[in-house]
Amino acid sequence: MKGSDVTVSSVSKSFGDFRALKDINLEIRKGEFFSLLGPSGCGKTTLLRVIAGFEDADSGSVSIDEVDVSGLPPDKRHCNTVFQSYALFPHLTVYENVAFSLRIKKMPNRLIKELVTRHLAMVQLEEHADKKPSQLSGGQKQRVAIARALINEPSVLLLDEPLSALDAKLRQHMLMELDAIHDKVGITFIYVTHDQQEALSVSDRIAVMNAGVVLQVGSPQQIYENPASEFVARFIGETNILQGKILTREGSLNTIDADGFGAILIDDETKVVVGDDVVATIRPEKIRISNDRPSGAELNVLHGIVEEPVYSGFQTKYIVRTDTGAKVIIFRQHANWSEGIPDIEWKDEVFLSFSARDMVIVGKSA
Amino acid sequence: MKRNYGPRYSAPQTLWLTLFFAAPLVIIITYSFMKKGLYGGVEHEFSLDAWKSMANPTLLSVFLKTLWVSIVATGITILIAMPCGYSIARSHNQTIRLFLVIVPFWTNFLVRLYAWIAILGNEGFLNQMLRWLGFRESGFQFLYNQGAVILVLVYMYLPYAILPLYSTIDKFDFSLLEAARDLGASKMQSYIKVLLPNIKGGIVTAILFTFIPIFGAYAVPLLIGGKDSYMLGNIIADQITKTRNWPLASAISMAVTLLTAVAVYFFLLKKPKPQHVELDSEVLSGNDALSGEVH
Ligand SMILES: Nc1ncnc2c1ncn2[C@@H]1O[C@H](COP(=O)(O)OP(=O)(O)OP(=O)(O)O)[C@@H](O)[C@H]1O
Ligand SMILES: [Mg+2]
Repeated sequence: MKGSDVTVSSVSKSFGDFRALKDINLEIRKGEFFSLLGPSGCGKTTLLRVIAGFEDADSGSVSIDEVDVSGLPPDKRHCNTVFQSYALFPHLTVYENVAFSLRIKKMPNRLIKELVTRHLAMVQLEEHADKKPSQLSGGQKQRVAIARALINEPSVLLLDEPLSALDAKLRQHMLMELDAIHDKVGITFIYVTHDQQEALSVSDRIAVMNAGVVLQVGSPQQIYENPASEFVARFIGETNILQGKILTREGSLNTIDADGFGAILIDDETKVVVGDDVVATIRPEKIRISNDRPSGAELNVLHGIVEEPVYSGFQTKYIVRTDTGAKVIIFRQHANWSEGIPDIEWKDEVFLSFSARDMVIVGKSA
Repeated sequence: MKRNYGPRYSAPQTLWLTLFFAAPLVIIITYSFMKKGLYGGVEHEFSLDAWKSMANPTLLSVFLKTLWVSIVATGITILIAMPCGYSIARSHNQTIRLFLVIVPFWTNFLVRLYAWIAILGNEGFLNQMLRWLGFRESGFQFLYNQGAVILVLVYMYLPYAILPLYSTIDKFDFSLLEAARDLGASKMQSYIKVLLPNIKGGIVTAILFTFIPIFGAYAVPLLIGGKDSYMLGNIIADQITKTRNWPLASAISMAVTLLTAVAVYFFLLKKPKPQHVELDSEVLSGNDALSGEVH
C-alpha cells in the first residue's frame, strides 16, 4: 500500500473560453479511497474524464501505475468507471453486462462464467443474472455497474457520483457497501461527490475543489478541523466565520478584533503578524451554551439572546444573537437522559464559550 | 358506461383504405383468376392460366435479378445512411441537416430522375466535365446499365433510410459508447457491440422502407437501365400495356405482394420489441405523407 497510483500533474482543460480545470496537481496513493469533493460545476466530472481518457487535457499529464497515460484512449488505460447514470447496456442481461469486458478480451467461456458468478455474488445479484437492466431497481443497477467495472481488475476504479440517483436511505446503505467492497478488493477508488457527509465518512483523503481549482487535500479530519480556506470551512459542514485584525500575538496565541464579536483569543500556528486581516472559524459543536457564565483559561465568552432553537432529535441547533451584534450557530448534543431536555429556550439570555484552541485561522482576508 | 368512440373516429380512414387499398386488391386478385381478354382486359371466366404461366424461366430470372438488385441497392443505401443518420444525430445543427435530407422531396420523382439522365447522359454534365479535363472525346457510357440503376435507386431511397436511422440514433444514449470504451472495447467494437444492437429497430425500418419500394421499382430501371435491367415492375407494366395479359400482370403483382408481406412478417412482426414498435409506427406515419408520389 505505498507508492503513487494515480498522478495528475499540472492538468488544465478549457471548453472554449471557459477554464474548467486550472493547473490541477494530485498524487493519489495505491489502495486509497480518494474523494473529489466540490460544488456542482467545479470540474469534478471533467477531472475524472481526463483521468479515464474521455477528455484530453489541454496541458499537463496523467499517469496511472507510474506510466504516463496522457493521449492513450480509455480502452488502453488500466482504470474503469462507474458512471453517474450507470450506463448499463440495455440490450444485454445483467450477466452479459458484467461479462462485457471479458468477452472483449476473448476469455474462454468457462473462465468468464467463474468470474462473473464471483462478482455477481460480491454485489449480491446472483438471482438477477438473467434480468435486463430495465427490470432492476436503482440500487441493483448501481451494483451491476460496480461489478462490471471491477471484473476487469483495474488498478483504479473511478466513481462519478454513483449514489446520486438513489434515495437517502439506500444511499447510506450503498455507501457502506462501497466501503466494504473497497476493503475487499484493495484497489484505488477515486470517488466524485458533492456531498460532504459522504466524502467525510468513507474517504482516506479528500480533495476539495472549487471553480476548477483544488483548494485543499487532506484526511477528513484535516479538512474538517483545519480547513485551509474560508471556502473549505463553509463547504464542509456548518460553521461560524469571523473576520478581524490581529491585535496581539504571543507564540501561537493571538488576539483578534473580530467584526461583531470584539476581542477573541485564537490559538493557531498559522504565521500571521500584528495588523493582519484574517478570517477565522469556529465549528458550532465546539461552542458551549449555558445559563451561567463559565470560566477558564484561554476561553472566549460571549453573551447573547437565543433567536431560534431548532430541535432535531439527536441535537438542538441554536442561533444566538450576541450583545455585540454577531449571529452565532451552536450545536448541542443530547448526549443522555441525565442531561435532560435542554432547558434553554427562545428569547433566553445565554453565555457562549469556546476554547482558543478550537478557533482556526483559515486565511488572510484581502 | 364509457362509450367507445374508436370506430366512429376511425371511420374516414377505414373508408379510405377500403376504397383505395382493399378494393383494388380484391380486383387484382379476381383478375388473376380470370381469362385474358383479346385486346387487354379480362374475360369473366375462371381460369388458372395466369398462375400457371408464372412458372416460366424468363420470369424467374427477372425475379432473381430484381431480388439481387434490391438487396445490393438496399445494402448500399443502409451503409451510406448509417453514418449520415449518426452524424446528424450527433451534430449541433440537426434541423439544417434534416432539412437538407428532405429538400429533394420538394422536387417530383420523375424530374429528379431526368436530372440524373442529364448528369449521366452521353452529352451529360459528367461527360462534359471529363472531356474538359481531357478524358476521351467520345465520352463514357454511364447510363443504361445495372450500375446506373443501382446508383439512382440508392439516391432516390437514401432519405427513407436516413430518417428512421436518425430518429433511433438520436434517442440512443451515447454514454453507452463511452462505457464500452471504458471496458476495453475499441471504437469499432463499441459501435458493433453496443450501438448496432440498440438501434436495431431503426435499421429494420430503414431496410423495409428502401427494400420494398426498390423491389417494386418501375421508372428507374425503365429510364436509367438498359435491356438487361428489367425488373419485375417493368414486366408487370409490359403485361398491361404491350402483351395485354392483365391476368398475368395481376398474378405477378399478387405474388410480389404476398412475398413482401411474408418477408415483412418475418422481419418485423415475428419478434416485436415494445420500444421499437412504437418508434417505427411514428416514423411510418411521418413517411406516409412523403411517399405519395409516382415511384
Ligand atoms: N463538453 C463541455 N462543453 C462545455 N462546457 C463543459 C463541458 N463539460 C463540462 N463543461 C463545463 O465545465 C464545468 C465543469 O463541469 P463538470 O461536469 O466537470 O462539473 P462537476 O463538478 O462534475 O459538476 P456536477 O457536480 O454538477 O456534476 C461546468 O461549468 C460545465 O458547464
Ligand atoms: Mg459531475
